[in-house]
Amino acid sequence: MLSKKEKELLEGAWERLTPVAKYIGADALLRMFTTVPGSKTYFSHLDIRPGSDHLFTHGKKIVLAIAEGAQNIGRLTETLAPLQTLHAYLLRIDPSNFKHFSHCMLIALAVHMGEDFSEVLHAAMDKYLSAFAAVLAEKYR
Amino acid sequence: MVVWTDQERAAISGIMGGLVYEDDGPKALCRCLIVYPWTQRYFGAFGNLYNAEAIKNNPQIAAHGTKILHGLDRALKNMDSIKETYAELSILHSEKLHVDPDNFKLLADCLTIVIAAKMGSSFNPDIQASWQKFLSVVVSALGRQYH
Repeated sequence: MLSKKEKELLEGAWERLTPVAKYIGADALLRMFTTVPGSKTYFSHLDIRPGSDHLFTHGKKIVLAIAEGAQNIGRLTETLAPLQTLHAYLLRIDPSNFKHFSHCMLIALAVHMGEDFSEVLHAAMDKYLSAFAAVLAEKYR
Repeated sequence: MVVWTDQERAAISGIMGGLVYEDDGPKALCRCLIVYPWTQRYFGAFGNLYNAEAIKNNPQIAAHGTKILHGLDRALKNMDSIKETYAELSILHSEKLHVDPDNFKLLADCLTIVIAAKMGSSFNPDIQASWQKFLSVVVSALGRQYH
C-alpha cells in the first residue's frame, strides 16, 4: 500500500527519471546481466554488450513502461494488461528475474541520484517495483 | 571453499577501504529499518523508531550500524575462511538474538545501495557483482549454524 506521501515522492522521481530513461534502463539491464548471468538467456537475439544500441533501446522501453504505470498506480492491472499477455504467453521470462531486475533498477537509481535516493524514496520505489512485478506476472498461471 | 579472483579481491577491499564505518554503517542499518520496517522487530529495546527521522537520529541505532561494519571487516580479513570466522556469530544470531536469516540479505542489499549512492558510476556492474558475491558469502555464513 502506497501512502499519499509515497505517491508524491514517486511522481517527483519519475518526472526526473523519464528524460534519462535509456541510461537508467541500460545501466539496470547491464547490472542484471553481469550479476545474474542466467538472465542473459532471454536476450540471445540482441546485442547486449555495454554501450550497444539494443541495450539503450530496450532499457528505455522497460523504464518508460515502469514510469507509465506509476502515473496511475491504482489502475496498474489495466495499464499493464498488454504487457501481462506478452510476458505470460510469448516471452515467458521466469518471474524471479523481475526481482533481479528490480534490485538492479534500485542500484541504478542510487548511482544516478546519489544522496537524493533517500530512504523513504527507496522504500516507495521498492514497494512500487514489487507491485509492478506482481501484476506483470498475473497471467502466468 | 569460495574461490576469489584477484579482480574480486581488489574490488571488495577497494570498497571496504573507502567506507567510513561510523557513517556508512548507520546509514545502511537505518535504510534497512525504513525500507523493511518489519526488521524493527529486533530493535525493541533501542528506543524511538517511530518514523524515518527518529530512526536516523537514534544514537543506539547508529552505534549498532557501526558495530555491524566492524563485524564485516572480519570477513574481509579472513576471506578464505568466512564460514569459520562467522560460526560463533551465526550461533549468536540464531540462539540468542533469534534473527530470521532472511533478514541478513535485506541489510546486505541496503548496504549495497548506500555504497552505490556514495560511489556513483564507479560502482560499475563488475564491481557490483564482486561485492554482491562477497555479501552473499557473508550472509550464507551467518545463517549456517541455524538449526
